[in-house]
Amino acid sequence: MTPDTFTRSQWYAIGRLPDFEGAEAKPVRLLSQDLTVSDAAGVLSVNDADGRSLLTQIRYGHLWTTLSDTPRPLYDMPEFDEPDRRLVTVGGVGVRCSGLRCVENFLDMAHFPFVHTDILGVEEHPSVESYDVSMDAEKDEIWATKCKFFQPMASAAASGGQMTEYKYRVPHPYSTILYKTCPIREDVWDLVGLFIQPVEEDECIVHSFILVFDEENTDTGLLHFQQNIFLQDRMILENQVPRKLPLDPRWELPTRADASSIAYRRWLKANELQWGVALFNEAA
Amino acid sequence: MKLFDYVLSGNCYKIRLLLDFLELSHEKQAVDFFPGREHKSDAFLQINPLGQIPVLEDDGAYIRDAQAILVYLASRYDPTGTWWPVNDPSELGRVAQWLAFADSITSTASAARLHDVLGYDLDVAQARAGAHKLFRILDDHLANQELQGFNWIAGSNPTVADVACFPYVALAGDGGIELFYYPAIQRWIRRFVNLPRFKLMPGINIFN
Ligand SMILES: N[C@@H](CCC(=O)N[C@@H](CS)C(=O)NCC(=O)O)C(=O)O
Ligand SMILES: [Fe+2]
Repeated sequence: MTPDTFTRSQWYAIGRLPDFEGAEAKPVRLLSQDLTVSDAAGVLSVNDADGRSLLTQIRYGHLWTTLSDTPRPLYDMPEFDEPDRRLVTVGGVGVRCSGLRCVENFLDMAHFPFVHTDILGVEEHPSVESYDVSMDAEKDEIWATKCKFFQPMASAAASGGQMTEYKYRVPHPYSTILYKTCPIREDVWDLVGLFIQPVEEDECIVHSFILVFDEENTDTGLLHFQQNIFLQDRMILENQVPRKLPLDPRWELPTRADASSIAYRRWLKANELQWGVALFNEAA
Repeated sequence: MKLFDYVLSGNCYKIRLLLDFLELSHEKQAVDFFPGREHKSDAFLQINPLGQIPVLEDDGAYIRDAQAILVYLASRYDPTGTWWPVNDPSELGRVAQWLAFADSITSTASAARLHDVLGYDLDVAQARAGAHKLFRILDDHLANQELQGFNWIAGSNPTVADVACFPYVALAGDGGIELFYYPAIQRWIRRFVNLPRFKLMPGINIFN
């Protein structure tokens, strides 16, 4: 299947800047297409298999490209310009499932106690309290707010359990950002996000970042914390069947779909997204 | 005592496991193995010219190679003398034999995992095929041990051979290697995760 218009019109992160230092036609795969990245004296360029040069931009610590000549603008994260914040780019991790499934899993707090036991949740506090979901119509993005969850170790800087408040944002079919209570500063949020590079309909590379206030941990300590958590998710993601996102209403959802997941699926449907979606008939 | 450690490394996990089993207090120095390739930096090459983790620092000396570190820790700090059974030469021979086998698991099963998870450029089909060959041998061996009433690789109690073989066998699924065909390996994994003070690492599916 060729990517639908909504999927095609997006910008995609394809790696961190240092990953392309001195690159000479380094192969990268995006939306089932072979691309190459080259570094000419610090200027990065991306070409498709026919040698056509693609649009690029450098933002949020990553190189972004698009197959479209008229892409939808990349969403803003003004927090990247705030002083004192620490940015850690976690590196691309390959996952054998649709990137859409990674977004959905990221939004689902119910998995914390069972997948991230004793870090992001405890088995004694499994319940997800209700939260608000809204559409920002102007920016065409989803926000889930007032999410609360008891966390024994909400971040590398946490010194004990706390009720953590969350906001989730989905500004892009393959990106999601979570804003969580900063354990060491009042009235600010720490950011954790995923920039997903869809490789095939059922395969992706997840580039994640953290942008936090933290005076205690080294960058490498933050990196280890985040990679450990993401590898816990990876195993769960790879065990999901089918590997693409089941959007067809005829699917019986194996889990209770929660409000943010319903909003995400609705939004994908409203935008007529088809690439990466499992069709009921092709299910074995 | 300080371990130069990377959370996603199965070889570092070997050391973390034994440090916990022996209840040895230690500090960890986090190494940015991925994406930073800190193990290939000039500073790290001073510590280990092979550019590999794990490395253990104890009493001012650096020891590299996971199997060597396991032997060192067990001989020096295991009062029971069971993890590295120096008093039983034939068991000790078997333990040493399976330590070498563990390093072959690293070059196959671990390579497949590096390819699939961290995008390393290598021949993944060859790595998986190599792992399957070794897992067949290990599965037959474990089944044989069970027939003789032994639950562990070298005999009736766990040794550093089990610790050295466990991580990349248990993490094989990360690299697209199914453990479905190896029932004796699955039973051994279940026994291993039930050892006192065992800690799970992400990627290990104990429900398999
Ligand atoms: N024989 C060594 C192998 C260690 C090893 O392969 N470590 C990996 C990380 S888990 C590494 O540092 N690889 C980098 C390289 O070999 O260049 C041991 O058992 O410690
Ligand atoms: Fe998760």
